Amino acid sequence: MFKYLKQLTSLVAMVAVLFTFTTESMAAKKSKTLKNTQKKGFVRCGVSQGLPGFSNADAAGNWTGVDVDVCRAVAAAVLGDANKVKFTPLSAKERFTALTSGEIDILSRNTTWTLSRDADIGLTFVGVNFYDGQGFMVRKSSGITSTSQFKNGISACTNIGTTTELNMRDFFNSRGISYEPVAFEKADEVVAAYDAGRCDTYTTDKSGLAAQRTKMKNPDEHIVLPETISKEPLGPVVRQGDAVWEDIVRWSLNTMIEAEEYGITSANADSMKTSENPQIKRLVGAEGEMGAAFGLDNEWNLRIIKQVGNYGESYKRNIADTGILPDRGPNQLWTKGGILYVPPSR
Amino acid sequence: MNFKLKDIGPQLMTVIAVVLVFGFFTYNAQVNMENRGIDFGYGFLSQESSFDVQFSLIEYDGSHSYFRAYLVGLLNTILVSVIGIFLATILGVLVGIARLSPNYLINKFAAFYVEFFRNIPLLLQIFFWYFAALRALPLPQDAEAMFGISFLTIKGLFVPAFIWENFNIFFYSIVAAIVAIIVIRYRAKKLQETIGKQTPVLLISIGLLFILPLLSFLIGGVRLSFEIPVLKQLATTSFIYEGGVSLPPELIALALSLSLYTATFIAECVRAGIQGVGKGQKEAAASIGLTQNQVLKLVVMPQALRIIIPPTTNQYLNLTKNSSLAAAIAYPDLVLVFAGTALMQTGKAIEIVSITMFTYLSLSISISLFMNWYNNKIAITEK
Repeated sequence: MFKYLKQLTSLVAMVAVLFTFTTESMAAKKSKTLKNTQKKGFVRCGVSQGLPGFSNADAAGNWTGVDVDVCRAVAAAVLGDANKVKFTPLSAKERFTALTSGEIDILSRNTTWTLSRDADIGLTFVGVNFYDGQGFMVRKSSGITSTSQFKNGISACTNIGTTTELNMRDFFNSRGISYEPVAFEKADEVVAAYDAGRCDTYTTDKSGLAAQRTKMKNPDEHIVLPETISKEPLGPVVRQGDAVWEDIVRWSLNTMIEAEEYGITSANADSMKTSENPQIKRLVGAEGEMGAAFGLDNEWNLRIIKQVGNYGESYKRNIADTGILPDRGPNQLWTKGGILYVPPSR
Repeated sequence: MNFKLKDIGPQLMTVIAVVLVFGFFTYNAQVNMENRGIDFGYGFLSQESSFDVQFSLIEYDGSHSYFRAYLVGLLNTILVSVIGIFLATILGVLVGIARLSPNYLINKFAAFYVEFFRNIPLLLQIFFWYFAALRALPLPQDAEAMFGISFLTIKGLFVPAFIWENFNIFFYSIVAAIVAIIVIRYRAKKLQETIGKQTPVLLISIGLLFILPLLSFLIGGVRLSFEIPVLKQLATTSFIYEGGVSLPPELIALALSLSLYTATFIAECVRAGIQGVGKGQKEAAASIGLTQNQVLKLVVMPQALRIIIPPTTNQYLNLTKNSSLAAAIAYPDLVLVFAGTALMQTGKAIEIVSITMFTYLSLSISISLFMNWYNNKIAITEK
């Protein structure tokens, strides 16, 4: 009896191997993710559980933010409609598993690009949509104005599963300060605990501090200290192994940034088609075959600019006008003193 | 080898189905992980973890390995489970007996407690005890001293630390007392069975537990001093206590909510157990002249325990598993430290989740084996 069992299992295994190989080789020709997305009719996008300015849902369930706009741009390019996005709110802990397991196709959730994340866990970072750094928030009444005033025994609230935990250790260790890390799974609980007085300081990316400050009982009672203790380039992430999809997401983001560079906005995009500048014409689909390599039509980038806007519009709408970080700092174009610099679309 | 297909057919089909299902999932995971360039392996356990943990029973910081971080989480899970089980049992037994009290007020109060706490989801209760109670606690600088030496603040409970001299002698004196109590109990039982003489075992036991450790202080050279927590200023409005032992509020809130919740179920087990003993048993015991206490101790409880233990084991298992809700309020248990931070830093989802699942399984099986052993011990022994 067991003799047959063995043969049966090997037969099943062989069939499974053959089946996998045939589907894999077909997928290699065209992007599997792109095909699935077009079939489903929406882009599956992983976002945060609520970070104003980056990805935040209003009472009606409409998502806004610069991270959200990356997914909307991809939807506009691939499906022709920036609203065809299904957002999945994820905790810091869940985000990578959701992406590698195929539950979402883009992770656009203020995620720091690091070597180990890029190399180890089956992910690929496609670019940077926000240059950030970790900072500390304290109560104004504490009289602390610089991290040099931190003393032994300070308690610091933060999120688990982020680079923050590691930076925090490096920071306190290198200064020889003993500290109590209080790490929560969700950002809302971190804010609540810090606000209640559980911790002396709250540490995360500075953009996050600025955004979460708006959620506190009395935002004016808290200040963000000037020191930045780490580099946090935040950007969208895709699964490894689908080069076409990776390129689509990368160039959707690049298009938004380059559009700002050339002064193309959602309002004037159509009129730019008749521009004299060939670079502008390429960005609005009036010259060259810029979509063919992705398996898209020629106006994919025009749709992004028309429906979502350029990077500057997105920043203004989500981060500056909401009072989170009115000053663009490093997130300004390279031509205007910032470090936003993307390869040319040509 | 004279099997009939009719007999082994269904079994064989089941085995094949199980093997195929497991094989499919393993194979599928392997293929997918290979496609996405994810390595499988437990080698990461010896790597440096490079993250710190708030509260640990063993020495740990980020320079230790991931395995050490796992141990920290495991011990914290065991700690909160043990505290929870201990408190829940005491409270559960008290409330269970109170529910049978002829006193209207006690009876109704116990019933209200049970209905109230067992019908609110545990996660909500944890949030309540953590956030509501946390906000109500004073800041360290405003805290009133309890007995002049302990401080309950929003940053935790600060109690004096015991500083022992010759602690081993004190420890041996307690061991000696326990051994002596076991011997005396055994002798007392023998005496009662042979010549019917009653010995006040309880009094003697309590006496021994006090006198032997006391002797260790008087003649054994054992010294005990206290390190009392002192307020320290970190910044204008930011204070902390230094010295002594600090229990984080996360641990207190979690242990409190777990035991308050589970005690309601244990109380019902206890009530069911006591009510499950036939009325005739009590009447018969009373009719042969046993006192109220003797009836409870010798007739009712031994029979009630047999009904109480199996469902209570279930509650212990539930409490241990529910302790994983700790992640919600930053108590660094196994799920938060290992299946949370460590998983994130390494990306080894399958490995870490499998270890975590196996650990909870082992914990549950240990509890259940112990309770089964206890249950067998008190089961009716047919003569």
